[in-house]
Amino acid sequence: MSSRTDYQELEGLARKGRWLAISTVAGSGAGHVGGPFSAMDILVALYFRVMKIRSDDPKWPERDRFILSKGHSSIGQYAVMALRGFLPVEELKTFDKGGSRLQGHPDVTRLPGLETSTGSLGQGLSVGLGIALGARMRGQKFHTFVMIGDGELQEGMIWEALHIAPRYKLGNLTAILDWNGLQQFGWVLAMNETHRGDRRDPWSGTDLRGVFEKLGWHCTEIDGHDFSQIVPALESAKASGDSERPTLIIAHTIKGKGVQFTEGKHEWHSKVATDEELRTVAKELGIQEMAV
Amino acid sequence: MKALRDVFGDTLVSLALTNPNVLVLDADLANSTKADKFAKAYPERFLQMGIAEQNCVGVAVGLASLGFVPWLSSFTVFFTHRAIDPVRMLVAQTHANVKIGAAYAGLLTGLTGKTHQDVQDLAIMRAMPDMTVLAPADAIEGEAIIRWATDYDGPVFVRLARDASRDIFEDQYRFVPGKTISLRTGSDVLIISTGPQSARCLQAAESLQNEGISAGVLHVPSIKPVNKEEIVAASERVKLVVTVEEHSIYGGLGGLVAEILSEASPRRVIRFGIEDRWGESAPNDYLLETFQMSPPRLNERIQKLFAKSP
Repeated sequence: MSSRTDYQELEGLARKGRWLAISTVAGSGAGHVGGPFSAMDILVALYFRVMKIRSDDPKWPERDRFILSKGHSSIGQYAVMALRGFLPVEELKTFDKGGSRLQGHPDVTRLPGLETSTGSLGQGLSVGLGIALGARMRGQKFHTFVMIGDGELQEGMIWEALHIAPRYKLGNLTAILDWNGLQQFGWVLAMNETHRGDRRDPWSGTDLRGVFEKLGWHCTEIDGHDFSQIVPALESAKASGDSERPTLIIAHTIKGKGVQFTEGKHEWHSKVATDEELRTVAKELGIQEMAV
Repeated sequence: MKALRDVFGDTLVSLALTNPNVLVLDADLANSTKADKFAKAYPERFLQMGIAEQNCVGVAVGLASLGFVPWLSSFTVFFTHRAIDPVRMLVAQTHANVKIGAAYAGLLTGLTGKTHQDVQDLAIMRAMPDMTVLAPADAIEGEAIIRWATDYDGPVFVRLARDASRDIFEDQYRFVPGKTISLRTGSDVLIISTGPQSARCLQAAESLQNEGISAGVLHVPSIKPVNKEEIVAASERVKLVVTVEEHSIYGGLGGLVAEILSEASPRRVIRFGIEDRWGESAPNDYLLETFQMSPPRLNERIQKLFAKSP
């Protein structure tokens, strides 16, 4: 068993998760890659280190809650849930195929372990807010985490929730912003403009931290691919569940992170890897078995 | 006579006494919808969500996942238009146990005009899988429906008119989802209606007696689910079927009846309601005259139709 500060195990799981995500999408013939990759390290930290959950009892009332509001990254969540034992890894092959529990966007009516359905953007934080509020009213001690995307943050409904959560003093609610700097198509870079992706960062030039703090959130910033920053930030947010301010973790990430040819490329928002590309991915991630 | 919005507030207060899970989430209209009665009686179970209906719907879904029974308080138009996406994805698609108290439904909305009148809600909500769509006529039925909806496990949309209307039902009334209610039988014309408009139709049917026309009235409080056989059977007993609703003639009750009869028992169905136009700010009487849905206008229109009817 690894120590609390030894993150090699988590790094290995994240590599497996990325492999499962991109190879599953290739098998299904459609799906997202860039978002699942930018979120992967945080998902692994949540499911394997931070959240109190039971894969054999997904409805356990005291479980910590997680909502992937950027639902198009579902395959990232499914891959991590499979590694954590919520579903057989084999089942990933059914992704996006008729009759599957693994819908293109997370469907709470099909897959135990989800807290709500997401996909139409901007809605998950409100549900998380309701769960956190209900937990306070019931005196339940679990923590609620919601991951939102930076492109998704353009949706107005999120700002409704951002305004209301501090009003109800929900220290038991944590939003994680996967700020990967790219959305599906977005805006072209101006001449001489350099961002970490090949298109303009949706929130370029905006002091999001300042905005969130002014709205009443406790805000921290981390490198969303460094477990030595991710885990302490999530654990600290969880530890402050009794506080009067919800936490917003700004995770600076890279879309397509983990594989050289997908990093920072907006076209990998949603794309299917060729067999040749999959071989490259496997090599980079150190995956031995190519079987998908 | 008691306004349906007062019924909404009073019934929730009464329910809260025996059901500790009942909550009210308000999008800053409580003193209009009369959810303020609940706020006064149970301040800790009244959650002000501000003028932000989409978030309000999402928060209710989260609360419902913990076993609460959240009732939403806002105007119909803000649920069925502004917040329709969370209603669709978060509530209906997950079969969340959320109750939509759709206040100020229809045309008679207290001088607010077309911006606040919702005459498309039935068409929109009826097309939504998993959603139960109910439209009570009077105070007794309103209370019965709010109580039934609270006990039922799943999403319910309750269409509540703002003002008082004529009482139709007696204290022993019992709501049964899907069931239609014959308010009056007649052999010539069957008027099918919903919500408080049913009371106006009953008055028109009574007055048609003087013109030698025997008119029945079938009240449909449960738009979805609905008992199709009852609508077919009642329609087969008359020469002419007329639907009347405080709603667009597209896709609401008229659409529902036309769909059912065209498949099961093809016959002519005349739809009265809001034709392809918007409403306006005006007193109720003016609006009912303008849209030809007051009892005297209904009487005239049905007489004309019946004279021409083969």
